[in-house]
Amino acid sequence: MLDLSKYQSIGGALKDAVEVFANETCLIEADRERENLRLTYREFRDRTMPVAKALQDAEFAAGDRAAIIMTNQSKWLIGAYAIFYSGGVLVPLDYKLTADEQWQLLKHSGARLLITEYPIWRQLSAAKGRTEATDLQMVIVTEAPIDTDLLGGVRWEIPSTHAGEPEFRPRTRSDAATIVYSSGTGGRPKGCVMTHENYLEQCVALTSLYPFAPGMRYLSILPTNHAIDFMVGFFGPFICGAAVVHLRTLRPEYVREAFVKYKITYVSLVPLVLKNLQKGLQARFDALAPGKRKVFDALVAVNKTLTKRRPHLALSRLLLKQVHEAFGGELRAIIVGGAFTEPETLQFFYDLGIPVANGYGLTEAGTAITVNDLKPFRADTVGKPLPGMEVRVLHPDADGIGEVAVRGKTVMLGYLNEPELTAETIVNGWLMTGDLGRFDLTGHLQLFGRKKNMIVTEEGKNIYPEDVENVFESLPVKESCVFAANYIWPQRSMVGEQLILAIHLEPGQSLTPALRQEITARNNRLLNYKRVRGIVLVNEDFPRTASMKIKRNVLAEKLAKLDRSSAVLEL
Amino acid sequence: MRAIEQTTQEVLDLAAKHFQVAQGSLAPDDDFFKKLGINSLQALELLSRLENHFGIELPDYEVQGVSDFRTLASRIQSRL
Repeated sequence: MLDLSKYQSIGGALKDAVEVFANETCLIEADRERENLRLTYREFRDRTMPVAKALQDAEFAAGDRAAIIMTNQSKWLIGAYAIFYSGGVLVPLDYKLTADEQWQLLKHSGARLLITEYPIWRQLSAAKGRTEATDLQMVIVTEAPIDTDLLGGVRWEIPSTHAGEPEFRPRTRSDAATIVYSSGTGGRPKGCVMTHENYLEQCVALTSLYPFAPGMRYLSILPTNHAIDFMVGFFGPFICGAAVVHLRTLRPEYVREAFVKYKITYVSLVPLVLKNLQKGLQARFDALAPGKRKVFDALVAVNKTLTKRRPHLALSRLLLKQVHEAFGGELRAIIVGGAFTEPETLQFFYDLGIPVANGYGLTEAGTAITVNDLKPFRADTVGKPLPGMEVRVLHPDADGIGEVAVRGKTVMLGYLNEPELTAETIVNGWLMTGDLGRFDLTGHLQLFGRKKNMIVTEEGKNIYPEDVENVFESLPVKESCVFAANYIWPQRSMVGEQLILAIHLEPGQSLTPALRQEITARNNRLLNYKRVRGIVLVNEDFPRTASMKIKRNVLAEKLAKLDRSSAVLEL
Repeated sequence: MRAIEQTTQEVLDLAAKHFQVAQGSLAPDDDFFKKLGINSLQALELLSRLENHFGIELPDYEVQGVSDFRTLASRIQSRL
């Protein structure tokens, strides 16, 4: 691993990594059973230079912003390397957003350049938001079919118009490295401005617990724009000389094959996929003949006893050979993130000898704040603070539960163009997470719900009420407002979170079947995971500010006086 | 070769069968995530089933962002 204390920027560290690990395998890209590409670090570097040159020829300057909207693949990392090499600020956007949402964030970020795939560009260029992102001057399109009009985009394969090598543009630790959107596709975009120091420090902390080395292979499944995959599926493995494996399909049958074929060392998953994996394994165990099942259960019991204090990978692989062979036989840990994972799921895998690196993090805090150090494994907690992280529980109640606040070198600079929101979120250097937790006697953090008005789904999606309530605008009622139910009625739980719609009817109006139908129809315009699940009727005017904005906290306090079970009418 | 109308109908029938909803309850312009209440993993299962049915390969990235049956059918049609 490179000594990151010597570096000022992501670009500087990556530039050295590709030289130090020149002959190691860097990237493998497969499409179903076919391997498309296998690059050493030297070959990776050779592919990045023409892209960097093309950027610089287009007068892309140090400090300029460049967005990437791509599925997980080699060109994502090649493009990102070229942007950092050229001193750019990377804006990684979620390829799963709609074209309108992507244009909104492209506009907000002020990106001058976009690198994207042809199928995504096809939809983007047809959307009306295109005219609004006026800063965007160049779009590089990958996988474009020959003879297709790229509607103003240029081909990835376009040769540089000028001779010579691109120049490396150094940055300093305090410079912005990325702008990562943690939410705000429907309301107020929250673009977290992350510095080079944020990433350098986070990488040192994470690799101290979960180290990479040449020969190790990380399977990149979580979208690379996500803070976790960016760190453990790009920067982390690169500065250690490990390899990243990309799959062009995420169908479960090919993902399963990839574990075995590529002898995967680490993978990151969201809780939904981990639970799906658990379900599949459980079904296979349940299908065992009674005799075999008895032997299997006995082996699991032995493994549980032997790994009580800490994992013993070699021993577990021997005891539960078939299970481990199904994962390729070299899996060291499954990293799970993006949302809260239920302890039973974590314990299920740990009992099979597969540690799950469970933790807690926020984009605003640079990926992870706490991680389970496995000494011993504790499924009921989200682990201990990472080295360099200061974590406090503010204003604890009688049970020791309060708001989690974080300070450290990985905390973001602030929200892009939002000084007030930044000042509310980072107070005297402490990042207010809005999550409720407490430390147990051994220093492990346990989470008990949220203080903030939002939910996180099992797919790792952060949903803010402001992002969904525009579909209820002009609803034929006096006024309406969306809330996270647990924000109004705290539940001390991080699972099963729901959004509800508070409505104030006009005088003499009632909640008729027609109105319900109208609400349902509007709700159905939202993706399933964004929908509200219940209605609460309010019989007084919503409290508002002088500028007529709803005072959400005051309204929430009023609603809290209602009995949840009778107040929430199911949709 | 099938006409696009036939391909679309076969996509609708297969989706209804796969997710166990009444035949005829799905329409070409329905958003399958919203109408069926499915997540991305379940949508991938449907894609695999459609591939087997039509005997084609439909890359994930080719259908990225597609959420209605009509567009899905047109992507399939272009590969028949």
